Order: sequence, then structure tokens, then C-alpha cells
Amino acid sequence: MGKIMLEVKDLKTKYVTRFHEDVYAVDGVSFRIEEGKSLGVAGESGCGKSTLALSMMGYYFPPLHYISGDIIIDGKDISGLDPDTVRKTVLGTEIAYIPQAAMNALNPTQKIIRFVEDVIRAHDPKADRKEIRARAEARFAELGLPADVLDKHAVELSGGMKQRTVIAVSTILSPKVLIADEPSSALDVTSQKMVIKMLRELMEKGYIKSMLFITHELPLLYNVTDDIMVMYAGQIVEKGSAKEMVFDPIHPYSHGLMGSILVPEEGTRGTTLTAIPGTPPNLKKPPRGCRFAERCRYATDECRYHAVAEKPFGEGRSYRCILPVDKLREVYENE
Amino acid sequence: MSEARERRDYTDGPLCLSGRNVTKVFGLGEKKTVAVDHVDFDFHEGEFVSIVGESGSGKTTLSKMLLGLLNSSEGEIFFEGKPRDISTGRRKREYWKGIQAIFQDPFSSFNVFHKIDSVLLDCINMRGGRSLSREKKIELMTEACSFVNLKFAELTNKYPFELSGGQMQRLMIARIFLLKPRILLADEPTSMVDACSRATILDMLLDLRDETGMTIIFITHDIGLAYYISDTVYIMEHGRFVESGRADTVILNPKAAYTKRLISDVPKIHEEWDLSTVDLKAE
Repeated sequence: MGKIMLEVKDLKTKYVTRFHEDVYAVDGVSFRIEEGKSLGVAGESGCGKSTLALSMMGYYFPPLHYISGDIIIDGKDISGLDPDTVRKTVLGTEIAYIPQAAMNALNPTQKIIRFVEDVIRAHDPKADRKEIRARAEARFAELGLPADVLDKHAVELSGGMKQRTVIAVSTILSPKVLIADEPSSALDVTSQKMVIKMLRELMEKGYIKSMLFITHELPLLYNVTDDIMVMYAGQIVEKGSAKEMVFDPIHPYSHGLMGSILVPEEGTRGTTLTAIPGTPPNLKKPPRGCRFAERCRYATDECRYHAVAEKPFGEGRSYRCILPVDKLREVYENE
Repeated sequence: MSEARERRDYTDGPLCLSGRNVTKVFGLGEKKTVAVDHVDFDFHEGEFVSIVGESGSGKTTLSKMLLGLLNSSEGEIFFEGKPRDISTGRRKREYWKGIQAIFQDPFSSFNVFHKIDSVLLDCINMRGGRSLSREKKIELMTEACSFVNLKFAELTNKYPFELSGGQMQRLMIARIFLLKPRILLADEPTSMVDACSRATILDMLLDLRDETGMTIIFITHDIGLAYYISDTVYIMEHGRFVESGRADTVILNPKAAYTKRLISDVPKIHEEWDLSTVDLKAE
């Protein structure tokens, strides 16, 4: 087992709405990522994927609030630090975050090199311009990006190139953990492939030590990450290696998600996509029992009244359902 | 994974919409851009057609011409065998009774000042149901909503912005269900909703086709989606159709280099995704 780069223990965060209601968007999430590994997070919109990403940076601003739990990056606990310290010592060097619409974050009046200066100077205010430039050029060359991008403005670049530039700039300080929140969902398939290739190069060349990749596109997760966890209503419902999760999902929710996979391969045509009926529960008042019970085909009364803990099974896998693994496998086979 | 959907063959039905040498040129002289370049197509009644291409390949320009929102620079479009005539406002409105669209962004498809009831009532009135009784209209609306798995009782008196993106897109399909046009043009209707709602929407479109026999023209950049849903695919590159034919033939045995590239760009689950050919220097 490799060195653990990121460990999240029982993390709980909430949103406080204008009407002072608490929405528990991340509710007791625990996982770990080893050095050189990547973890994917899957789930439908509104299940807390992006909030998990925001919560993991240890940098909270209203309406997001921290409740409890630990975020340990390479042995250092960053939870509970004050925002200023987090910004100066954690963001960029320990953990970097690429939001979904990252490419729209570029200020159109500035050249790309200014953003690089910005990132480096936030941690080292005395950094020399020439040195920064040399460093940026070296990194861009290493990643196969054209060097003339540095002297261009954001508007001169295509969407895919902008996204790749943002990724290169935000990882310039070689963070230990990279959180990529749907980095390619606004791009077409060709640019998406380039973004993925770049993320993979960053990992292979050791510029980032581990990655958390968030998306709802399961075929993409399967090809990018080593492990996958499925999130539902602020909780992790199943964890496992990418292969096991796609071909042998256990939790009824993951099973439903895997039924919505679309790939241009023989055999996908002619099947009916399995869509999960209903919508996720309101997290202002999370259900008392299993959160998926309302939409689950196999739910019994017991599910609705008893909360289910995460149960380990197999090799490093875990799931959150009242039914035993063999029983669920049997049910799926007979369908 | 689940039971197979029965697929009828619609590809040899009567012609519904066809085009010869359809071209659209933007700009003049040196700044000229040929967005759609002399394309021919034949869409049959009840056929599920996908037009697949990258961004900038001319898919949306072509769809706007089909809808009659843009005039073509050259070529002719035939609607039900006759040359299409949309020269006056009245004729255009008449044409739009036969062709309707669902767009990419559900959040900007609805008028935020109109309640959902009035959106659906408009459709009933447009289909000549103005004189129906209030109860009958509610019955029709309830039927349309239940077709897309929405509950009319929960939607009544709400505004479209109170719904989620997936629900709005389904409401759009409910509208189409009430209007029952001959042709539905869907321009990337699933690119802004998540994978789970996407499955729901795709299955609804297939049901809609099976129920009403309308022609659906589906525009997408996702070749996996096109393969799942369509009878016929047209692959578009730089304003031209580089390949067309039955979905099985085109996607399982692609001939054109462009089609091959599009297929290789999509992540798959039974094959290794080859990233070695990607050139990061490309724009």
C-alpha cells in the first residue's frame, strides 16, 4: 500500500440558506487516496459532488459552513484553519481546484503569464518575473502546450485550450492533491480527450500526487480514475475500483447509474436505458432511514426507518444498503 | 442489463423532409464562411435521424435552416415532397405547425413570466382545442405531464424556473406531446442535464416517436448517444456530410477518417481508450 496523500474522515459541512435553514450537503464522508492514484466521484446533479470538492479545500465562505471532520493532506490536517492561512499555505501548494467553468475565470484584459505570476506570488511575493516566466515556459513545454499561449489573452484561445491553460496554471506549484470538478463537461469530445490526456501527464510526471475527479459521465470516469465512489444525497453509497464499480455495482443506486451508460459499442443499441425514477431527497430534512429508500425498487419498511452504515466487503470495497451483497447480486441477475 | 426495446424499421417510410444542395454562406468576399456546404438529405416519416459533428461543423446552422429561422443561400428544402414555401409570415406559422424544436438550454427556453399551465394551454389552443371545456383541457395536460413522468397537480400554478433542468426539458417534451408536430428537431437537448436524466429524456423521445410516428432530427456531438438512439446518422464535418447511413453500419464499421476519429474520442468501457495520439499543441 502506497503512502496516503489525502484522507478525509467523517467530513460534514452544511449550507445555511437565507431563511436560516441548514442543508446538510456533505454528511459524514470518509475516503482516502494513495500517492499516484486517482479517485472518481459519480452521482446525479444535486447529490453533493461539487460541495464535497469545495469542502475539501478547507476554505469556507458563506453560505457553506464547516461542521466537523478532518481533511488530512500528506499527514497535515487542514481542517479548522482560518481562511487566510489556508489561502497562503494550502491552496495551490497542497491542494488545487479546477471548477467546472474554469475557463471563464480568465480575466479577458490580462495575458496568461499574469495569472501565472499571480499564483506564484500569492505564495512567494518576492518571486522574480524572469524566473516565473522561465518556470512557466518549462512547465508548458513539459506538458506539450505551445509556449506562445503565455503572451496571449484569454479571448484568443479556444475553449479547450483555455481549459488546458487553466489546468497548467493552477498546477504550477505542483500541488499534492488536484480536485477536478467536471473539467471537461463544457467541451466537445475532442477537446475533452486533450484535457484528460493532460491530467494523465500531470500524474505520470509527478506534478500532482493524487487526483479527485468529479463527473457524471461514467465511461469517462472508468477510463480516467483508478477507483470510483458513488455519492447520493450527501453520503457515499458505494466505493470500489473502477472496473468493479462499472461491471459489478452492488448498491441499487449505483446499479441504476451504470444502466445509463452510453457508449458507441456493439450491444448498447437495443437495450433500454434504466433511468432511476424520482428526485433526490430534500437535504433540509434528510430522511430518517436510507436516503435512497424513496426511489429504490427493493426498499422495505425497515429501510425507511433505520439508517444504514457503510459496510465493507470484498477487496477494499464498501456499500451502504441493508441487503446483503449476494442477495443484491442475485436480484440483478434475475432481472 | 435490461430488456430490449423493440425497434421498428422506419427508414423506408414516405419522405418527410428532404434537401438538395442546401448551402449557407455567411459573409462576403474574403471573409466568406461556408457553414453548410451543398448537403443532400432525405428524412423519412417516423425516422430517428442524428446529425453528429464537432463544434463548428455546421450542425446548428443546418438545424436553423430546417426550422426556417435562417434562409439558405442556395439549394432547396422539400417538405412532404413539395418545395417548402415559407415566404410569408402566415405560411411560416403554418409550417411551424408541422415542425417544432427542443433546444439545448432548458433555462432559456421558457418565458419566465408565464406559468406552466399557460405554456401547456397555449399548445392545446394552438391545436384547435380552444373550445374544449376546462376539465377536458386539464385532462389533456395531465396526460401530457404523465407521459414525461411529471405530475400536473404539482406543476400547476408554478413557474418554469422552479423546476430543475431535467424537469424543464421533460416539460418541453410534454409540450411536443400536446402539439404532435410531424417533425421534431432536438438540438443537443441532453447536453445540459446529467447522465441519469439524460437516460430518461432519451427514452421519452423514443416513446414519443413510437407513439406518434413523428420524425425526430437529433443534433449531437456525442456519437455514443447517436448510436443508441437513432436509426440513421449523418456525420458532419466542415459543413459537409462525410458519411451517412444506418447507425449500425456507420458506427460499427466507419469508413470516413473523421467518423473514426469521433468514435475514438469517446471513452468506452469494453475497449482501451487510446490517448497516445492526442496532440496537445492543437487548437
